[in-house]
Amino acid sequence: MSLHFIEVENLARTFPQPGRQPPLTVFEHVNFTIEKGEFICVIGHSGCGKSTILNILAGLDAASDGAFVMDGKEVSGPSRDRGVIFQNHSLLPWLSALGNVSFAVRARWPEWSRPQVREHSMNYLKMVGLAGAENKKPSELSGGMRQRVGIARAFAIEPKLLLMDEPFGALDALTRGVIQDELLEIWDRTHQTVFMITHDVDEAILLADRVMLMTNGPDARIAESVVIDIPRPRERSDIHQHPEYYTIRNHLVDFLITRSKSLQGRVGGPGQQPRTVNPVKGVGVSERVGAPRVVGGTA
Amino acid sequence: MAGVKIRAAILSVLFLVVFLGAWQLATAPPAGPERELTEYEIMMGLGAGSGAGMPAPTEIFSLAWEELSRPFHDSGPNDKGIGLQLLYSVVRVLAGFALAVVVAVPIGFVIGMSPVLNNALNPYIQILKPISPLAWMPLALFTIKDAAASAIFVIFICSIWPMLVNTAFGVASVKRDWLNVARTLELSSLRTALFVILPAAAPTILTGMRISIGISWLVIVAAEMLVGGTGIGYYVWNEWNNLDIAAVIFAIIMIGVVGMLLDAALAQAGRFLRYQE
Repeated sequence: MSLHFIEVENLARTFPQPGRQPPLTVFEHVNFTIEKGEFICVIGHSGCGKSTILNILAGLDAASDGAFVMDGKEVSGPSRDRGVIFQNHSLLPWLSALGNVSFAVRARWPEWSRPQVREHSMNYLKMVGLAGAENKKPSELSGGMRQRVGIARAFAIEPKLLLMDEPFGALDALTRGVIQDELLEIWDRTHQTVFMITHDVDEAILLADRVMLMTNGPDARIAESVVIDIPRPRERSDIHQHPEYYTIRNHLVDFLITRSKSLQGRVGGPGQQPRTVNPVKGVGVSERVGAPRVVGGTA
Repeated sequence: MAGVKIRAAILSVLFLVVFLGAWQLATAPPAGPERELTEYEIMMGLGAGSGAGMPAPTEIFSLAWEELSRPFHDSGPNDKGIGLQLLYSVVRVLAGFALAVVVAVPIGFVIGMSPVLNNALNPYIQILKPISPLAWMPLALFTIKDAAASAIFVIFICSIWPMLVNTAFGVASVKRDWLNVARTLELSSLRTALFVILPAAAPTILTGMRISIGISWLVIVAAEMLVGGTGIGYYVWNEWNNLDIAAVIFAIIMIGVVGMLLDAALAQAGRFLRYQE
């Protein structure tokens, strides 16, 4: 019945407030769809509830309203068909790099033999360039290497949907660049469906097929779904020379600076999908051409 | 670094030599003509000579040599080797301690996982914790009606609180992230408890155990003085009744050594379980 791999319908999250104040709605009317093999990035200012959306998708938080359908089935609670890469790696510090990956692999396929678990885990550690460091404890690894172990752990369970919550937020710029390249390469090979939260506009353009833009919270919504059709494989070293790069970048930055605020609580509604925007082809941005930066909620 | 250690070792030895030297001098028999001791002086042990007054370090050394050369001899209730007496005490401590581990760790685990239980049991723990373990002794003797078992019970009751409190704290402060990892992997509660919470809380639990065994060793000496029969506490009391102060001092030193070894053993175990974030 459902046409899309993932459908999120009218998702909302409210938090009760102390005293007699009305409950705080962080976001509402959040509707979007994801196709199998798509790489989605979500950008929005702090407090718009993007991490909360990710936690709901991961099953770690419960929505106040709405539904999350994956593969035609409504999902609630955590499960192994969704992998999560957390911002602060969250490796178990008493296990080695290999131990952390095989811990997840064993949980995913309890019937596997020990050598099978080991081999599978080692393959994914090799994929992130950590062969030789498999017996090191997280405390003996650099921040970038720890996050690589986290990536290996998440990819190793081969989830239907991979959720990443600002996975490179805690890394320095150089390391971040290197790991972005590695992630891109892994993704080109696996075509894993990814839902990733980021603060970094350039990172989103480099990685994503579509970027979802969220208005500010409270009462945040997903306002636009921006198509990034820069052809793959993309290279971090030359992507900014692509003729469409700055058109897309300007559109995204423009949203973050002005529209994320001006559209707050004014776009979308029950069941309404975010506007699909292709800044290069001018789809969905017609009212912006030559117009002042502040755009009304014409969704 | 090495320089500091060597200098510290030299200083340590120097302190010991100065201390023992001062002690030896202070207990040396007064020079000058021997005189008859009054009956009072003999009774009070005030005169010079073996077995009277404060013994000199040399006397303690020779006693230690004698005792340690046959530590496990057993010639009746009042003449057992120091090793044997220490063994009685250590076995009692370990028995009470093991019982306390079996009870305190699971209960601490449950308390740490459940804020409701934690708040419900906290007032009782807070009241029971500061009670001197020896205060339980009459009650233990009355209910258990066995001196040896009562001593073990006293050890049990004093070891349980630090372990309970530390286990509960360790379990309650396991990082949310690690629990989320377990949740996203759909681990069962039992597997989460065994493979995530237990290793995460292990260093804190072990800290509790280390405090417990320290307290147990303090308490066993007093408990055995009350209970009598065997053990290092009884030995100290017995030698005091014999007015053998050299033996008392020797026993005090041995209590310190064994206590240090017990603590070091748990510290070593803790090093094995500790992790760095």
